[in-house]
Amino acid sequence: MAPVTLGKAINMGLRKAMEDDPKVLLMGEDIGRLGGVFRVTDGLQKDFGEDRVIDTPLAESGILGTAVGLAMRGYRPVCEIQFDGFIFPAYNQIVTQVAKIHARSRGRMPMRIVVRVPFGGGIGAVEHHSESPEAYFSHTPGLKVVACSNPVDAYWMIQQAIRQDDPVLFFEPKRRYWEKADLDTTVEPEPLFESRLVRPGHDCTVLAYGPMVKTALQAAAAVEGEGRSLEVVDLRTLSPLDLGPVFESVRRTGRCVVVHEAPTNLGLGSEIAARITEECFYSLEAPVLRVGGYDTPYPPSKMEEDYLPDLDRILDAVDRSFTF
Amino acid sequence: MTQATADERRTDGDRDTVLYEQMLFIRRFLEKVDVLYRQGQMHGPAHLGLGQEAIAVGAASVLRPDDYSIGTYRGHAHALARGAPPEAVLAELLGREGGICGGKGGSMHITSVEHGYYGSYAIVGAHLPIAVGLAWASRIKKTGQVTICFFGDGAVNIGAFHEAVNLAALWALPIVFVCENNQYMEYSPISSMIPVERPAASRASAYGLEPLVVDGNDVSAVAELVGAAVDKARDGGGPALIEADTYRLKGHSAADAGAYRPAEEVEQARTQEPLLRQRAALVSAGTDEQDLIRLETRIAIAVSGLADRVLAAPKPDPATVWTDVWADGGSRWRN
Ligand SMILES: Cc1ncc(C[n+]2csc(CCOP(=O)(O)OP(=O)(O)O)c2C)c(N)n1
Ligand SMILES: [Mg+2]
Repeated sequence: MAPVTLGKAINMGLRKAMEDDPKVLLMGEDIGRLGGVFRVTDGLQKDFGEDRVIDTPLAESGILGTAVGLAMRGYRPVCEIQFDGFIFPAYNQIVTQVAKIHARSRGRMPMRIVVRVPFGGGIGAVEHHSESPEAYFSHTPGLKVVACSNPVDAYWMIQQAIRQDDPVLFFEPKRRYWEKADLDTTVEPEPLFESRLVRPGHDCTVLAYGPMVKTALQAAAAVEGEGRSLEVVDLRTLSPLDLGPVFESVRRTGRCVVVHEAPTNLGLGSEIAARITEECFYSLEAPVLRVGGYDTPYPPSKMEEDYLPDLDRILDAVDRSFTF
Repeated sequence: MTQATADERRTDGDRDTVLYEQMLFIRRFLEKVDVLYRQGQMHGPAHLGLGQEAIAVGAASVLRPDDYSIGTYRGHAHALARGAPPEAVLAELLGREGGICGGKGGSMHITSVEHGYYGSYAIVGAHLPIAVGLAWASRIKKTGQVTICFFGDGAVNIGAFHEAVNLAALWALPIVFVCENNQYMEYSPISSMIPVERPAASRASAYGLEPLVVDGNDVSAVAELVGAAVDKARDGGGPALIEADTYRLKGHSAADAGAYRPAEEVEQARTQEPLLRQRAALVSAGTDEQDLIRLETRIAIAVSGLADRVLAAPKPDPATVWTDVWADGGSRWRN
């Protein structure tokens, strides 16, 4: 069992999905010969051919639209968007067509499409290359949205997403592409649409997904010695949200902090806070607090450390939740 | 510009009568929708293709049953021309039980997978890349199936048109793009919205395609030119981009009187509309006018009976809004 990077794990997951089902196709800019700008599709065109790993022109609307037509004909296209900010030319297709065609056709036109989106900051890139657009899609009925946080999940979740009969936005934490973990490809994975308690604790529940899970775990480790015990949940699925385990956790801890890189204003944290308040009102010792990006465009790379939530910002929110 | 000439066309009396009958049925159907709209029986917009029937009928006449077509919100004619059941189409328009999309599509999203009509799309341009995907699948499956994609003159100004035609040409896909140039983008003459002479044909060369123009009010000419393009695409010859000249006899939607159009222009168009022309062609080719009158009476009766039956149907069950949003069983469990 060799350690693999998150990027390699997705590559292995894609390979497995393509071996298992000849209807799985990959499409995107420079994903074939080059293997993608992050090399996530490295070697797949060589092994599966140009009709299954398709190098497309630069045309996100055209790529997604073509995927819609392919899905109508029974294929399972997996589209790579190079960077988060480049999804917007495809936004129209995703929101007005991909999300709605299943309902409109009463299931006669399945939309088995996966859109892979490297997201988030932390690699010294700039706006359009560091953004977190997941809330736009989570807001849209008809789409499913997931975010992986580690190589093991990445390997399984991409395969599970491809097997879905619904369209899935698959968010990949780009700054974690190079992080390694041991991957056992023989164990049975957990269901895709379940959140996971990744660190038990009893003082405050910290919710995170994608790149922020590691940060949340670091925060929990940092205060362990100070006698403060944080429970960390990796949400994994953003639409549908799996908040059952979260409610259970918050009822025990009485406090909750939601963390994401996306701006807090009308972000996923806002919805989660509302739902926790509805479900756990009498257990809460403090309001649910949100930690996230600011209500500004993503800053130039020299300033991204000031923008991105880090360990200090998470712990500051935890401290504030103890002041109520 | 290439224009199919009259003497190139097939002359087949039976076929010409069938084309007339299909156009006439669609005409009466759309007129009925217009009336029902005015009577308050229909909610939401109704974009009627009155005057554009020859394009839908002529193009559908050259397709195999397993071919694909796809169009816009002005797509009732296209669904009917492929064989979609008129009663189910009308029920969808009027929001009655038995609608072809179960009441979830409405006038702008008529779809009939069973008849190869892969949907009408209300977001201008959005379906052009989707058509590319349908055609891509035919290419890899090597089934010889062709996709026809219909769109309006206004759609050539949106990026998706250019992305789609470019992809289709690059990948030599079996697809025929048919621009229904009805001269108007909503309330604006298309000539005031394009920097070139023709909305589609003038753009063809940018994608290495031949500029093809056809008289879209001449059903035989449409069948001829689209037929040639379909045959070529089926044989691996790649895509075509056809511009079919026509005219929208009514407003943009049933709510629009179309008063911004010069009266002379409308009057002139009424003399050039496809039904009049096909009827005249049939008569001059020797069809007995009495036969045509009988046909016309039969269709009028059929359409009015159809409307009566649909109007008698109940509204769809409101619980259907919870169904099919997701393939995994709808949305109730999330709400
Ligand atoms: C993306 C988008 N923008 C605007 C509209 C509103 N709209 C509906 S139809 C139309 C005009 C389209 O003209 P054309 O493509 O010539 O088609 P026609 O209506 O003449 O059939 C407009 C502006 C729309 N449906 N979609
Ligand atoms: Mg028009």
